[in-house]
Amino acid sequence: MELISPSEFAKEKVEAVQDYSVLASRSVGNLFRFPRYFGDMVQQADLIGVGSLPIVILTGLSIGAELALNSANTLQRFGSLSLIGQLVSVGMVRELGPIITGLMVAGRNASGMASELGSMIVTEQIDAMRALGTDPMKKLVTPRVISTVFMLFFLTILSDLLGLFGGALISTFLYGMDWRQYWSTGWQILVFQDVFMGLLKPVLFGFIIATVGCYYGMTAKGGTQGVGRATTQAVVASSVLILVTDLVVTKLLMTIFAYH
Amino acid sequence: MAAPPVAAQERTQQTDDPASFAIVFEDVSIAFDEKPVLDGISFRLNKGETKAIFGVAGSGKSTILKLALGLVRPDSGHIYVLGEDVTAMREEQLFDLRQKIGMVFQESALFDSLTVRENVAFRALEEGNVREEDVEKPVRESLSFVELENTVDMFPSELSGGMRRRVAIARAIITHPEILLYDSPTGGLDPVTSTTIIELIVKQRDVYKTSALMVTHRLQDAFVMATHYFDRKSNHMQPLPPGMRGEVPMGFLILRDGKIIFDGDVHELAQSKDEYIREYIS
Repeated sequence: MELISPSEFAKEKVEAVQDYSVLASRSVGNLFRFPRYFGDMVQQADLIGVGSLPIVILTGLSIGAELALNSANTLQRFGSLSLIGQLVSVGMVRELGPIITGLMVAGRNASGMASELGSMIVTEQIDAMRALGTDPMKKLVTPRVISTVFMLFFLTILSDLLGLFGGALISTFLYGMDWRQYWSTGWQILVFQDVFMGLLKPVLFGFIIATVGCYYGMTAKGGTQGVGRATTQAVVASSVLILVTDLVVTKLLMTIFAYH
Repeated sequence: MAAPPVAAQERTQQTDDPASFAIVFEDVSIAFDEKPVLDGISFRLNKGETKAIFGVAGSGKSTILKLALGLVRPDSGHIYVLGEDVTAMREEQLFDLRQKIGMVFQESALFDSLTVRENVAFRALEEGNVREEDVEKPVRESLSFVELENTVDMFPSELSGGMRRRVAIARAIITHPEILLYDSPTGGLDPVTSTTIIELIVKQRDVYKTSALMVTHRLQDAFVMATHYFDRKSNHMQPLPPGMRGEVPMGFLILRDGKIIFDGDVHELAQSKDEYIREYIS
């Protein structure tokens, strides 16, 4: 591996942040410029949203079930098994639903975007697109960003519901809890702040997944090996950014909403 | 036999106004990773002329085409395309200018997820307010120009290298651009397919009078272009009659170590005393 000086390294990183910021801001700014590619947005929404349904269903169900299974044991010791609906509900809606769905979609789609756009870069298809008078930022990046934000929002709601359903199955069939009690306590505990937090996060995560995936794809260098590297980096960077953003947003909203 | 075209504009153009040329490079330099690739090169492409660019691998031939399209920016110097200084234009402004230029990439660069029809129609559809039914005719015409009408519903992966190159030409010419840029259009192809492609380029030059820059490693291709014209009656390339050699708008440009060491026509090339050039063309 080639060694570079610390100043060169820092310069590269600052440039990367700058390039990412330009891509991210242009992806949103393009919404207000013509042409807008609605057809591409629908196509991407299908690929990202419908295509991610199986993993979101599977992970949502299993996370809710596991959360119920693990917490039931502890709650039982304190004779508070009836709180399980509340615990699963708050846990899924505020935290686990958005983050698990975000990480799953990042693994599936950030890598897909990076590899697709990276392949287009190394085979000069992006240059060809520019040569044909089409802005790849408008044609390729903006539809992916908008579709990911839009679809992740609904995928997260679905994941939350399936998580609650998974928890209900465990609580009812393994711990003999009343089905109605589980749902009513789970529903009643939720307040506006929880739902707001749970629905703001997928919007931010969707933006991170698509912009990071597109950024690594559009900056891929070095043939097929470079595309592979870009794909891996896209998944790692988007996952880390999702986790960091989640922490920051959670703390920020808790402070704003004065959670205790 | 139809009369061969004469390079009327090529040798009579005297003005220095960049607008009277298709492409003007003025003292253009560019380096990649601090390694100079082009070092202060200047040349002009007359309207209606085709100029073949030669040089060893890595000499910056393809970079010249990308610079002309504004796909990469030079470190210094000015590039005028159809009178507009591309070095001073923002990416958004360049998209309008690029509508007047067609480019055939080295590896064709067809969109692999689109069919041949969608690839060829791409530019026409992107220009807006056009329905897919409306572009069917120009797509067919363009594909018929390269004699590939039967491939409309195929994907690029189903085509041979030569067919892909011809589809790339069809895509580049569908909107009848004023300038065409060919990046090694015959590279890696068999002699028969190469001749077909050279014939298409000569046809574009002589029938539509399109200005063009052509990067190539194959000197014989450029010599064929300099010694042949496109005969509309027979719909084939024909050798120029005796005594008319060099009377087609065809120029040669040779790069060496980031500099232009030759810029002239086939007569001047044949008479060059430069040792490197003599070795190159031998």
